[in-house]
Amino acid sequence: MQPLILRRTDHAGPGPRDGAPPRPPERPGPRRDPAPSRIAYRLHRLWLTPSYRRLLRYGLPMAVVVGALGAYFGNAERRAEVVAKYHQIQREIETRPEFMVNMVSIDGASPPLAQAIRQSLGLSLPISSFDLNLPALRGKVEALDAVANADLEVGAGGVLQVTIVQRKGAIVWRSGDGVEMLDATGHRVAGLVDRDARADLPLIAGAGADAAVPQALALLKAAGSLRPRIRGLVRVGERRWNVVLDRDQVIKLPETRPIEALERVLALDHAQKLLERDITVVDMRNEARPTVRLTPGAMEELRKMRQSEAGAKTL
Amino acid sequence: MTDLYQGQRMMRNMRKAAMQRGVIAILDVGTSKIGCLILRFDGPDHFRDAEGIGPMAGQSSFRVIGAATTRSRGVRFGEIDAMQETERAIRTAVQAAQKMANVRVDHVIACFSGAQPRSYGLAGEWALEEGAVSEQDVARVLAACEVPDIGPGREVLHAHPVNFAIDHRSGLGDPRGQVGNRLACDMHLLSIDGAAIQNLLAAIKRCDLEVAGLASSAYVSGISSLVEDEQELGAACIDMGGGATGISVFIKKHMIYADSVRLGGDHVTSDISKGLQVPLAVAERIKTRHGGVMATGMDDREMIEIGGDSGDWEKDRRTASRAELIGIMRPRVEEILEEVRARLDAAGFEHLPSQQIVLTGGASQIPGLDGLAARILGQRVRLGRPLRVQGLPQAATGPAFSSAVGLCLFAAHPQDEWWDFEMPLDRYPARSLKRALKWFKDNW
Repeated sequence: MQPLILRRTDHAGPGPRDGAPPRPPERPGPRRDPAPSRIAYRLHRLWLTPSYRRLLRYGLPMAVVVGALGAYFGNAERRAEVVAKYHQIQREIETRPEFMVNMVSIDGASPPLAQAIRQSLGLSLPISSFDLNLPALRGKVEALDAVANADLEVGAGGVLQVTIVQRKGAIVWRSGDGVEMLDATGHRVAGLVDRDARADLPLIAGAGADAAVPQALALLKAAGSLRPRIRGLVRVGERRWNVVLDRDQVIKLPETRPIEALERVLALDHAQKLLERDITVVDMRNEARPTVRLTPGAMEELRKMRQSEAGAKTL
Repeated sequence: MTDLYQGQRMMRNMRKAAMQRGVIAILDVGTSKIGCLILRFDGPDHFRDAEGIGPMAGQSSFRVIGAATTRSRGVRFGEIDAMQETERAIRTAVQAAQKMANVRVDHVIACFSGAQPRSYGLAGEWALEEGAVSEQDVARVLAACEVPDIGPGREVLHAHPVNFAIDHRSGLGDPRGQVGNRLACDMHLLSIDGAAIQNLLAAIKRCDLEVAGLASSAYVSGISSLVEDEQELGAACIDMGGGATGISVFIKKHMIYADSVRLGGDHVTSDISKGLQVPLAVAERIKTRHGGVMATGMDDREMIEIGGDSGDWEKDRRTASRAELIGIMRPRVEEILEEVRARLDAAGFEHLPSQQIVLTGGASQIPGLDGLAARILGQRVRLGRPLRVQGLPQAATGPAFSSAVGLCLFAAHPQDEWWDFEMPLDRYPARSLKRALKWFKDNW
């Protein structure tokens, strides 16, 4: 409800309410058109289009960044400069003293082997640990015959710790090329000047003997009481063994199941002292028919005995 | 006629496309204001499967995310008078609503109050061939409705099948699958002036928007302000707008009559302007702040400061009593209501089982209108407000927005119209596959 009391006001138009600041008189003239112009309306609608907004929000900054980078790196010199700077910084970090290796420490190797390992590593110390290719170095060390296993580790204080497991010589192999020492698996450990350098190890001979070293060791183990008399094993035709005893006696073992055959010979020897007799060859190659070859003297004796037996019969 | 039929089909497809996109705009082009609401559809209704809750006329499926109104310009009697001005007003409303919703809308459903709507009742009959009613039979019975001469330059805006009857059983909502010999249908057809539609379509097109539907504001305000039993039992909705007053009569949830009186709140304003010799803007302010239609003794003592800007102290200090103002307004309001009464009588409203009358629209907010309307229109008069829909701002819940809210409901859940049904086979283009099939069926 409008108040019924009329109050005189200083300006034209409806009177101001109590307490309200007097409004400035309304300006004559056309009222401002609230309608957006066609362009403003279209732009507003365009702005509200989701794809357009995405384009502006993500596409535009991305385009600016990519464009700026592209313009900068369009020049080959600048590109090379940046790459060189990068490499320089990388180098600086790598050659910090914390990352340098100053010493190689070799454990578990004899002095000559350690020397050989040092040579094969071929490191020029000090060297950054980033430059060390440990798998490749390990390959190099393990390529040495005398090394069974190598562990490489960059330890604290810039020490390259090389832990070696050496191969142990188990047998001596005389081949056409010379005398070599092999380990229990048949891998070469070292060359020997002559057989007497390791007289404590058994001897094998013949081409391809190194491939059958485990079998040779098993045979020697099976030889038992015969062991002192064995001079060596000879690989024949890369397929079977001959056991050479002193007094030029030879036990020819078959290709298959040689250990059993040797045990049979041992049993015969034990029972009938076979190997103490005048025999040169015990041939066990045919399992069904073991054969012995007599010495020429024994053969003569046998023939005489047979003749006298025959003469007695005929007489 | 066929052009508009196709046009309406196209609008329905457009509406479907908009639904898929999820955003649609509502445009209420009125004489005094242009309102724009933006609806977001979040897929199917949440409550569809819940027990005991109906589809709620599709209201649960959408939400108002933008709302704006602007003073209408270039519209008289609910028709576009100055296209440029109207286009600018539409742009203002749409841009403000888009800004609030922060989303771009491309599809718009529009309603308008003028363009001289005329109602026709149509009836069609079809002898059933196979006993059970098929979709094709429904199409044929709709096609069999005899279309009256609606006059040159007029177009069909709504065509609702109101009732189906099989033999002697009437009042069927969905006759498909039922058995009988003769299918009959009643259709309500609303025709309007074609030029007015063309103007509106052109104005909307100039705003880069696509029309996904058109509706009469009398119809949509009836949808929003009549409650369900009123729609079912029979009621009239009087949408008192600025330049035109729309009348729509509903029964069995279908509109059966619509008309428009080319009088509205603006005429009351112009009467005040002439009677008190004030500018229209001042007259509008006086009307909304002090207006009324029922005078009491108190009103003689209540003086209204009329004000003025002429510089003449005597003229600028004039006052008028509220009784005088009521004396100016009442005859005009009475005239509007008398006119509405005449239209309702001509439509045979007194034969409806329930004769509820609901007043809505901006001009229905005049204090004391319900008492005056009861004297003229009958005792069963109430003031109506639109239904509440999700997300509607408080400022847009008044009766002035009943047609905008109704249009939301119309967008979410339109009633079946003629063009939603199948076309009869013989109306299809010549090389249609269905026609070939039909030929096979008939000849083998």
